[in-house]
Amino acid sequence: MSEAVSFLNGAEATHNGVTVRDAGPVGMVTLRGDLSAAKLKTAVKKITGQPVPGVRKSTVTGGKGACWMSPDELLIVVPHAEAAAAVAELESALAGGHFMAVNVSDARACLTLSGGVAAREVLAKIAPVDLSTAAFGAGDFRRTRMAQVAGAFWLDDAETFHVVCFRSVGHYVFGLLENGAKAGPVGVLA
Amino acid sequence: MLILECPCCGVKSEETEFHAGGEAHLKRFGPGSTDAEFEGYLFMRENKRGVHFERWRHVNGCGKWFLAARDTNTLEFFGFYPAQTHEPPQDIKDKISAKHPGWSWREFQ
Repeated sequence: MSEAVSFLNGAEATHNGVTVRDAGPVGMVTLRGDLSAAKLKTAVKKITGQPVPGVRKSTVTGGKGACWMSPDELLIVVPHAEAAAAVAELESALAGGHFMAVNVSDARACLTLSGGVAAREVLAKIAPVDLSTAAFGAGDFRRTRMAQVAGAFWLDDAETFHVVCFRSVGHYVFGLLENGAKAGPVGVLA
Repeated sequence: MLILECPCCGVKSEETEFHAGGEAHLKRFGPGSTDAEFEGYLFMRENKRGVHFERWRHVNGCGKWFLAARDTNTLEFFGFYPAQTHEPPQDIKDKISAKHPGWSWREFQ
């Protein structure tokens, strides 16, 4: 099999203390189904080691976990090499029920954005989301609009944002974040 | 700018995260209906200044459709409720009545 390459091959940019980075290949599986079903809960726990996340929450820690996408959809995050195995696991665990599990690792791009409050401001410039520390904390997840494209992000315990978008617009989102960082802090969230 | 709150995922955001889907509570008239009924279903829409009911989709979020009651005059929303609803919930009707006594919209009042 050919070697997996992420959308910008590990590009990184730092401006005014905010670092934008191509997070490299990340394993992502879209899972749709009844999120309250016991079978699904068990399968998600087995794959990610975490329970099914609550509404607009993410359980991703150390590159593994799940994000709440909608009332019937999760985004399972695993190391890139384990995505196919995760799909196989879900298909055997949920067989016979109404569900869908698809490996979308290569359809999406992952970026990380770090730099404390300044990073929050960079993201707040392009998304209609309240990103104050009181409103958006570690473990929170949000699907939204980032300038002209759809995207999603969650915040981890180390105050780093993990941004997910379609791979085809990955370069655009990287540019958005980089330009936001270049423009410098606004001061509204400080 | 309109501020909406999605009843499916609880996100409160401005209208660019959503997409309007036209009038709510349309009753379909298909094969077997009269020409007048079919024309009404296909083309006739409410276009009032004031209370209005619409379909919206949380397009850049959870992707779900929902219904909303709003005032086209003040851009105020009275409430949001699931798309699988045949008529506006009573609490939303009460809210509208408090602001617009005697309102009516199609068969609802």
